[in-house]
Amino acid sequence: MAAPTMDRPTSAAPAAVQTLTIAKALNNGLRASMEANPKVIVMGEDVGKLGGVFRITDGLQKDFGEQRVLDTPLAESGIIGTAVGLAIRGYRPVCEIQFDGFIFPGFDQIVSQVAKLHFRTQGRLKVPMVIRVPFGGGIGAVEHHSESPESYFAHTAGLKVVACSNPADAYWMIQQAIDCDDPVLFFEPKRRYYEKGEVDTTAAPGPLFASRTLRTGTDVTLVTYGPMVRTSLDAAAAAEEEGRSLEVIDLRTLSPLDLAPVYESVRRTGRLVVVTEAPSESSISSEIAAKVQQECFYSLQAPVLRVTGFDTPYPPSKLEEEFLPDLDRVLHAVDRSLAW
Amino acid sequence: MSSPEKWTHPGPDAAPATAAKPTAEQVIAGLRATDEGGADLVQLLTPEGERVQHPDFDIDITGEELRGLYRDMVLVRRVDREANALQRKGELGIWVPLLGQEAAQIGAGRALRPQDMAFPSYREHGIAWTRGVKPTELLGIFRGTDNGTWDPVEHRFHPYTIVIGNQVLNAAGYAMGQKFDGKVGDADGEATICFFGDGATSQGDVHEGFVWAAVYDAPLVFFCQNNQWAISEPTERQSRLPLYQRARGYGFPGIRVDGNDVLATLAVTRWALEECRQGNGPILIEAFTYRMDAHTTSDDPSRYRLSDELELWKLKDPIERVKVHLVKQQWADQAFFESVEAEAEQIAIELRDYCVNLPDPPAGRIFSEVYAEGNPVLEAQRDEFLAYHAGFAGGEH
Ligand SMILES: Cc1ncc(C[n+]2csc(CCOP(=O)(O)OP(=O)(O)O)c2C)c(N)n1
Ligand SMILES: [Mg+2]
Repeated sequence: MAAPTMDRPTSAAPAAVQTLTIAKALNNGLRASMEANPKVIVMGEDVGKLGGVFRITDGLQKDFGEQRVLDTPLAESGIIGTAVGLAIRGYRPVCEIQFDGFIFPGFDQIVSQVAKLHFRTQGRLKVPMVIRVPFGGGIGAVEHHSESPESYFAHTAGLKVVACSNPADAYWMIQQAIDCDDPVLFFEPKRRYYEKGEVDTTAAPGPLFASRTLRTGTDVTLVTYGPMVRTSLDAAAAAEEEGRSLEVIDLRTLSPLDLAPVYESVRRTGRLVVVTEAPSESSISSEIAAKVQQECFYSLQAPVLRVTGFDTPYPPSKLEEEFLPDLDRVLHAVDRSLAW
Repeated sequence: MSSPEKWTHPGPDAAPATAAKPTAEQVIAGLRATDEGGADLVQLLTPEGERVQHPDFDIDITGEELRGLYRDMVLVRRVDREANALQRKGELGIWVPLLGQEAAQIGAGRALRPQDMAFPSYREHGIAWTRGVKPTELLGIFRGTDNGTWDPVEHRFHPYTIVIGNQVLNAAGYAMGQKFDGKVGDADGEATICFFGDGATSQGDVHEGFVWAAVYDAPLVFFCQNNQWAISEPTERQSRLPLYQRARGYGFPGIRVDGNDVLATLAVTRWALEECRQGNGPILIEAFTYRMDAHTTSDDPSRYRLSDELELWKLKDPIERVKVHLVKQQWADQAFFESVEAEAEQIAIELRDYCVNLPDPPAGRIFSEVYAEGNPVLEAQRDEFLAYHAGFAGGEH
């Protein structure tokens, strides 16, 4: 730490680097946006008094009032459709969908209005809203509480889709998404909500719509996002012990995809494994595989492999460990890629 | 609270409201979804166990029948408490308590006839009981071994539906089918009943269900358990108007019954099902009740409601009033109550044993029954998975 000088006040400022869970980082990020812009409002089921079933909005209604943190009636189409109206009226709504599997009653509004109003009005109307979705499995839940529906939205023109994987990104990405003039689907890895990490609250680590290399390596590239980032990093650590060097890229943005760092990496490693919880058919992982083979054809020493959830409904929770990609399945794919 | 004259009774012969015009302030004051309902609330057994008469919905009940309803309620409450305890011991991932809603469910469930069809949401353990689904068959959903194992056709009890409101449209369609099949129009006809909560009444699916059932004259009883809460949100977050009054806007009768009164619920539901059977459906019943426990075992109600409220509702307990009445009428003696307790204890033991011995499903189950006609792409994926899995079993890794 530098010694205090006249021009560097040290007194009141809160610690710039804090250790937070993803859940708390999101809460702090929402709070920062609400403080910075009175037009930012939070709406959803149980987000007020309860603070959301995951407590992501804890304390916000108490501090910002019932007109900025709305416990809405129980209807997702209503939440999203009214947020559209508020957005074109000048507000910046942040909608919470309680669980991934409950976004579908709102699907029509998302695809037909949220995504298309800007286009339909030749840009006269902007829809700057964020739809927060806790997503993915691994929490032992009943049906419809563990899904990974992100590909539906990445497939829809007019929407931007991001997924955070760590507290620093959670804190900054939510604020950047709220600042974005396009509608953003914001996916949060619910089973990682209580994982901790350092958050530097003085400066954003980078732009929102950019992927990031979290670990460099030379043998195989792993590309992933959301809850599978932790799994992939663990796999890379385990592989290192066996003498294999894996590069891990966190996509962060699923639409638009930022694949330049992936191409650059694959040109060096010659091998790519894509890891997602979402099923594989017609998905984000399909899109990555297609683009990488197109851009890196002569560099590839093995086909692009995918480790994903299966193309089935999410199973009852006693089977979720079989369904979810784990360290073994990632390393198995790495072995296959290297053995090609 | 809402005065009797403000709302015309929406019973079988209800005419549109034309009575004295309330002032704007009165209207707003009266439009509270959580008001007790005043004279509109159909009640046959008071919380003190007094039998009261009702002009439209009376019922002749024998001691034997009332003992049966009492037994049902005690047993389902015991199942509920045992399952809740199993969750606390880590044997279930989650449990959705029905505590406090026993009368609403047993009253409605015992009004059904074998040919009727029922669509539950996820809290209808009491309805499951009346449809002959064994309590043990509910456990897999909450332990995570399956999504419900009962045969919906055999029991005429649809799978639990967790996505709020979805089942209401499915029930409307089923009831339309009963009508199209000519099963409606006489005393032995068929009817459908559909369960949902106060929160669910905000979902588009529920409103669309009202519209469909109405325009097709479907034999459908919409049974809304207004337990005052949708997780942390009180019913006034969903409606200005008492929920049963919504029915009129869709063109069918809506009735509010004391959902903690098993006799009233039985009488009103039986009447509604008979009307539907005869071709006079649909009908909305709002059972005014209370969720006495948390929303689920994951929920902490102390964050959003006062314990005073619970204490007040405890005075209206659905089981206690029946017990008092049985004793007053000398319809039951100590031996009867003890035998029901013993039976409850036995069911609890069976539930525990079954639960802790419930085997994990085989991994390949993930891929089964996704399609009725199969899917070769998925079958290839399954085979690859099974080969990979077998590699582990053989100790390759
Ligand atoms: C479409 C959808 N959105 C959100 C949820 C999450 N959720 C589960 S239960 C519930 C509240 C339901 O309240 P109510 O309809 O009153 O039924 P109760 O649980 O009180 O029986 C909510 C919001 C869900 N299951 N489905
Ligand atoms: Mg409710």
